[in-house]
Amino acid sequence: MKLITVAGPPSSGKTSVILKTIAQLKVPNDKVGVVKFDSLTSFDHLRYDEQGIANQTGFAGKICPDHFFVSNIEDAVQWGKRKGLSILITESAGLCNRCSPHINGILSVCVIDNLSGVNTPRKIGPMLKYADIIVVTKGDIVSQAEREVFAFNIKEVNANAQILFINGITGQGAFLLAKYWQDTLDIDTLKDRKLRFTMPAAICSYCTGETMIGDTYQMGMLKRMEFEE
Amino acid sequence: MELDAYFTEVSTTKISELLTSYPLASDYLANIRLGKINHELTLPEALLDVDEDILEEFGLTRDSVVLHFCAFLSAFSKNTELNGEISSITILGGRNKSGKPEQVEITVVPGEIVSIVGPTGSGKSRLLEDIECLAQRDTPTGRQILLNGAAPTDERRFATGGKLVAQLSQNMNFVMDLTVREFLEMHAKSRMTTDPAETADRCFACANTLAGEKFTPETKVTQLSGGQSRALMIADTALMSASPIILIDEIENAGIDRREAIKLLANHEKIILMSTHDPLLALRADKRIVIKNGGIAKILVTTETERQSLDHIQQMDEILQNLRNHLRKGDTITMEMIPKMEDNHVGTL
Ligand SMILES: Nc1nc2c(ncn2[C@@H]2O[C@H](COP(=O)(O)OP(=O)(O)O)[C@@H](O)[C@H]2O)c(=O)[nH]1
Ligand SMILES: [Mg+2]
Repeated sequence: MKLITVAGPPSSGKTSVILKTIAQLKVPNDKVGVVKFDSLTSFDHLRYDEQGIANQTGFAGKICPDHFFVSNIEDAVQWGKRKGLSILITESAGLCNRCSPHINGILSVCVIDNLSGVNTPRKIGPMLKYADIIVVTKGDIVSQAEREVFAFNIKEVNANAQILFINGITGQGAFLLAKYWQDTLDIDTLKDRKLRFTMPAAICSYCTGETMIGDTYQMGMLKRMEFEE
Repeated sequence: MELDAYFTEVSTTKISELLTSYPLASDYLANIRLGKINHELTLPEALLDVDEDILEEFGLTRDSVVLHFCAFLSAFSKNTELNGEISSITILGGRNKSGKPEQVEITVVPGEIVSIVGPTGSGKSRLLEDIECLAQRDTPTGRQILLNGAAPTDERRFATGGKLVAQLSQNMNFVMDLTVREFLEMHAKSRMTTDPAETADRCFACANTLAGEKFTPETKVTQLSGGQSRALMIADTALMSASPIILIDEIENAGIDRREAIKLLANHEKIILMSTHDPLLALRADKRIVIKNGGIAKILVTTETERQSLDHIQQMDEILQNLRNHLRKGDTITMEMIPKMEDNHVGTL
């Protein structure tokens, strides 16, 4: 089974791109599955159901969504194999822009949209920097110049990635992404593979449910801001 | 230059000098919050004063920053320009929606204009898509696209990185909060032009010749009228776009000199594919692709009669344009404003 991780800010077009790309795969829909990792709610399953794509959703709730992702990804792979899938895609919304679900040796896709501002590529962290393919959506509503500047800013952050422009509504451009997905290697398990980037190290009192503000309540890994006078 | 050579240069040259030879290097440093390190040292020296924790937030170490920086310099020095490198594209027919073979072959060269006509939903965007991904009989239409007369390699298909085709359509808007000048300079900088200010000036002047109502370089791009936006997009695409092929989807009538716009693009050696039913534009093209039922039904070469008719169509267009202007000014329309068309004119149309 092939595994592809798709990550990107909320509403950047991940579900749309995944659906349009699946439509271009030379693999029947019942051999493709999606696992959606989200924090609180998600309605994406309705859209996957509609296309007859096997899917599962997991909610991180009060756990860091990226930690939640790594601790469940191997189970997701095993679920996909039990279902007899030939391609499994994970969709996750990078919420703090710091982490990324990208794993060494696994095709990693980051989706961002042109409307988010030309400097956004410079603000998104490892999710963009460690991706193999960066998909840019919503090019249909901005000028050619902005698309070019946006792509340039992406390249400044991740010079090695392939940049693909995909229209999430019409599917224009999804063909090449489908080709990449089909060409990726099959895997059996993720055991002993490494994340491309470390997850946040912070375990502080607030992680464990503290709600009071003030020095006396703060424990664990803390990082203090410096204010200039 | 190889990575090793960059490594030697970066290890032995002061940052301030590197920034002069590679202006983009300042973006690299700013992106990892190293904009303020001591520019009078070499990068490895300056990094000794940097807290490793900050680097770690970006997944980097003192050693890997240097390597990563070299990779950055090398990536931006590679010539990935497509402009000027494409001397023709050829579309080899596939099948229409009913599976009937298209049996056509059409080659377009820079400076040439091809219009695409056909009902909405007939497959015009599919054709564009085939061109954009350099289809090799592996898309639903079964078409094949050749570059410079040959099938592109897989590597080539992927490496164009969306840069082959520039698009201009009615739905496109500016979303950046910048003035026209800032906007153009930003685009020029991303194209690594040697003098962004000069390039921006030229582009601005050009846009203003196309726009019905003039605008200043200090106008915010988001405040331009529809016609002004379109004029700026077209001038920018002609003078600065990275793409050798331009696809135009119905340019609006109002506020822009469409003929001049098309001429401008063609003069800049772009390959122009234009979906339009505006006779003034469609008949100015060299060829016309007619799309029906998902396939190319035929390819027409603009006839001599069609070309001659352009003058008359032009006159009719001016009459309508004139009427619009009267309406805009609040005038009442009178019969005198509508010149009688001579019978023989109508007859030759
Ligand atoms: N105009 C335009 N809208 C898009 C495009 N891609 C996605 N959208 C819209 O953006 C919204 C968010 O898309 P969705 O796929 O749900 O994003 P996700 O939250 O990242 O999965 C939806 O309304 C889509 O229809 C695109 O290329 N162009
Ligand atoms: Mg989604």
